[in-house]
Amino acid sequence: MNEISASLQLAASLIAAADAKLYGIVALSLRVSLSATVIACVVGMPIGAWLAVGRFAGRRVLIVLFNGMMGLPPVAVGLLIYLLLSRAGPLGTFGLLFTPTAMIIAQSVLVAPIVAALTRQVIADAWLEYREQLRSLGASRPRAAATLLWDGRFSLSTAALAGFGRAIAEVGTVMIVGGNIDGVTRVMTTTIALETSKGDLPLALALGVILISLVLAINAVAYLLRGWAARRWG
Amino acid sequence: MNRIRRLLLALACACAVPLGAHAADEFITVASTTSTEQSGLFGHLLPAFEQQTGIKVHVVALGTGQALDLARRGDADVVFVHDPAAEAKFLNEGWGVKRFEVMYNDFVLIGPKADPAKIVGGQDIVTALQKIESAKAPFVSRGDRSGTNAAELRLWKIAGIDLDKAKGPWYRDTGSGMGPALNTAASMDAYILADRGTWLAFKNRQNLEILVQGDKRLFNQYGVMLVNPAKHPSVKKELGQKFVDWVVSPAGQQAIAAYKVGGEQLFFPNAKP
Repeated sequence: MNEISASLQLAASLIAAADAKLYGIVALSLRVSLSATVIACVVGMPIGAWLAVGRFAGRRVLIVLFNGMMGLPPVAVGLLIYLLLSRAGPLGTFGLLFTPTAMIIAQSVLVAPIVAALTRQVIADAWLEYREQLRSLGASRPRAAATLLWDGRFSLSTAALAGFGRAIAEVGTVMIVGGNIDGVTRVMTTTIALETSKGDLPLALALGVILISLVLAINAVAYLLRGWAARRWG
Repeated sequence: MNRIRRLLLALACACAVPLGAHAADEFITVASTTSTEQSGLFGHLLPAFEQQTGIKVHVVALGTGQALDLARRGDADVVFVHDPAAEAKFLNEGWGVKRFEVMYNDFVLIGPKADPAKIVGGQDIVTALQKIESAKAPFVSRGDRSGTNAAELRLWKIAGIDLDKAKGPWYRDTGSGMGPALNTAASMDAYILADRGTWLAFKNRQNLEILVQGDKRLFNQYGVMLVNPAKHPSVKKELGQKFVDWVVSPAGQQAIAAYKVGGEQLFFPNAKP
C-alpha cells in the first residue's frame, strides 16, 4: 500500500511542478489520440450508418467483421502499419516511420472499427424506429443514413469517446510505429512502460494516475458539452 | 450542418499543422539497445552531441537482434549495439559499412540474497551456472535475441549445459527487455544475467544483488556502425557518419566516461584511435 500512496503523492507533485517535459508528453498523447479519433469518426461513422440502413450482399458478414475488429490486437495493428511504413515496405518512401503521423495512422486503424460498430448499433436502433416515417417522406437510403447520423449525433458522442479511450490507453501500436523516441514520439503509455522497465514503479504508477485523470477530465468535458449542445440545438 | 463542417475543418487543420512543424530539423535515427537507453547513457550523451553538431538523434531502443533487423529494413541510419557475433554477421551480409568499437562494460550474475544455489562470492561464471542448473534454482532469461540473451546462451554452452534438454520449470524464458526481466526476477527471487549499466540504474531491486562478477567471459563490448547507404539510399550518410565519428572521438569517449550513476562509472570507452 505504501507504494500506491507514494505514487498518488508523486502524481500530485508532478502535476503541481508543471514539468515542461511531462506536459510535452501529455500534449503529444492528446494530439495523437484526438487526431486518430477524429479520423476514425470521419471514416467509421458513415460506414456504421451504411451498414445499418444499407441493403447489399455481404452486409451481415461485414457487420460481424466490424464487431470482431473492435478486438483488434494493438500489437498486430502496430506490426502491420510498421511493415507498410518501413523503408523496405510499400509506403517506405514517405519516411513516416517513427513520427507522430505514423502513430496517428496506426491508432486510426485501431479505433475506426470500434466507432463503426458502435455507430451501426445506434443507427440500426434509430432506423427501426423511424424507418416508416423516413420512407413516407421519400428519403433515399443514403439520405436516411445521413439524417439518422445527424439526429443521433449526441448518442454517437459515446462511440467517439469509446474510440478515444481505446486510443489514449493503448501502448502496443504506438510503441512499434513510434519507437518511443524521447521528445519525438514518446507518449504517456510508452513512458509508463519505460519507467516500469527501469524498475521505477512509483513514477510509472504516478504517470498512470495522471493518464487516468486526463481521460476522466476529457469525458467530463464531453459530457458537459453534450448536455449544453443538446439544450442549445437539441 | 455548416457549423459542424466548420468545426471538423478546424479540427482537421489543428491536427495537420503540427505534423510538419519540425521536419526541417536535422536528425538521424539510431537503433540501439535497451541497456544504453534504460541505463540513462543516451540521456547524458546525446545532448552533448547535439550541442556540438546541431544534429538531433532519435533513439529507438530494442534488443540487439531487433535493432539489427530494423537496420536491415532501412529504418535506421546507425546501429549502436552489443553482440559482436551478430554484428559481424550484419557486416558480412553487407548491411553495415564499418564497425567501430566504442566502449565496454560487463555482465553480472544477479540473484536473491538467500542464494539457494550457493554461488555467492565466486568469480567463475561457468561454475555458477552449473550450480544453478543442478540446484534447479529459478533463472530468468531475456529470451529476446538481445545482446545479453546471446551472451547468456553462449555462457550456458561453455558450461556444457544443453538448454534444450536441461530446460524445466526453473528456466523462465520471458521474452522481454532487460528492465522487465529484472522486474520478473525480483518478484520471483530468481537468478538472472544482466548488463551492469542497467543493473546500476535499476530501482526495483527488492532482494536481488550481484553474486558473481569479474569473470573475463562476462566482458560486454559495444560497437557502432553506419548502415550501408548502398543497400538503403534513404540512410543519412553524412549525418550518420558524423555521429559514428563523434562517439569514437576524444570528445565522445570523454562524455561516455563521464556518465556516472551513484558515483559509479557505467561504461568504459575503448575506441581504437
